Amino acid sequence: MAADRPPEDRRARDADDDAALQARLRQLGQQLDAIAPKPKPGDSDASSGQPPGPSNLARALRLSSEFVAGILLGGFIGWLVDQFTGWSPWGLIVFLLLGFVAGTLNALRSAGLVARPGQD
Amino acid sequence: MAADPIHQFQIKNITTLGEIGGVEIAFTNSAAFMLAAVVFTAGGLVLATAGRAMVPGRVQSVAEIIYEFVADMVRQSAGEAGMRFFPLVFTLFSFILVLNMFGMIPGLFTVTSHIVVTAVLALVVFFTVIIYGFYKNGLKFFRLFVPSGIPIYILPLIVFIEVLSFLSRPISHSVRLFANMLAGHITLKVFAGFIVMLSGFGIAGWVGALLPLALTVALTALEFLVAFLQAYVFAILTCIYLNDALHPGH
Repeated sequence: MAADRPPEDRRARDADDDAALQARLRQLGQQLDAIAPKPKPGDSDASSGQPPGPSNLARALRLSSEFVAGILLGGFIGWLVDQFTGWSPWGLIVFLLLGFVAGTLNALRSAGLVARPGQD
Repeated sequence: MAADPIHQFQIKNITTLGEIGGVEIAFTNSAAFMLAAVVFTAGGLVLATAGRAMVPGRVQSVAEIIYEFVADMVRQSAGEAGMRFFPLVFTLFSFILVLNMFGMIPGLFTVTSHIVVTAVLALVVFFTVIIYGFYKNGLKFFRLFVPSGIPIYILPLIVFIEVLSFLSRPISHSVRLFANMLAGHITLKVFAGFIVMLSGFGIAGWVGALLPLALTVALTALEFLVAFLQAYVFAILTCIYLNDALHPGH
């Protein structure tokens, strides 16, 4: 029984468990690295290799405005379509949704999670 | 009213230069600060590099550090081919940085807090990308909007979303700079106004005013950081967009 064992033995078993856990963590990390997209030299804002500088905070400042810009543009185009075709309100609805998608794409791209088109 | 937080952004005519098509062309305080920024940047860099010492002095070091900083940024984001746009990126970076820093001096005007200025700067970049992209790549520039490996039946939708995403660039590019500068300066002014208002309430007010005072000091430091970061973000995005003009899908 575990309680009967001398304390050194238990310590040795704990160390074994730790080593096994470390090995599993390393293996998981390697698998994740193999799956996750590598940052490409083109989208340098996905800058894992860059020295820690102002770029990380700069990326954070970008995210919200990228998202909002897509929605604003979609809404504006939708409004224009409604004005000139009289499809109101369908132009606004469709283009606002498309703008929403474009904004999400912008934000993900500036976070470096989606590759730029043609760079693969 | 002195505590009006919007008052600092008012455009004032200094002299009227003339009239074109019924529109008054005036030399405003905004134009004066832009001119001052250009004179400061150009004059400062000419003076700093006039000596051309092998072992740079203090001022020459600053000029060289700024050059290295922007050159590294261009090389990292747009590659060696992007260095042909170095003058554009360096001009934008130094112009915006100096304007932002002028705005941090109490009493001076913040030119970049007006969207008309930032929008024109962003549109310069936007049209540079389009014109140079077509000039260099011809119709292959359109590959920027066609991601590879997309099934044909959703390709039209994806292309349309990519076009929307491309068109929204000048919006986010200009709104980011303008909104950050505007909001930062209004926040500073409002918190500084709290100090004055609270200190009108006697001893308790004086003690209470310590909190907004501390916040104003902290916000001033933050604003200096934002002033630099926004110039940096504007320049690095310019590089990233120019990279698309140089290599649309390789």
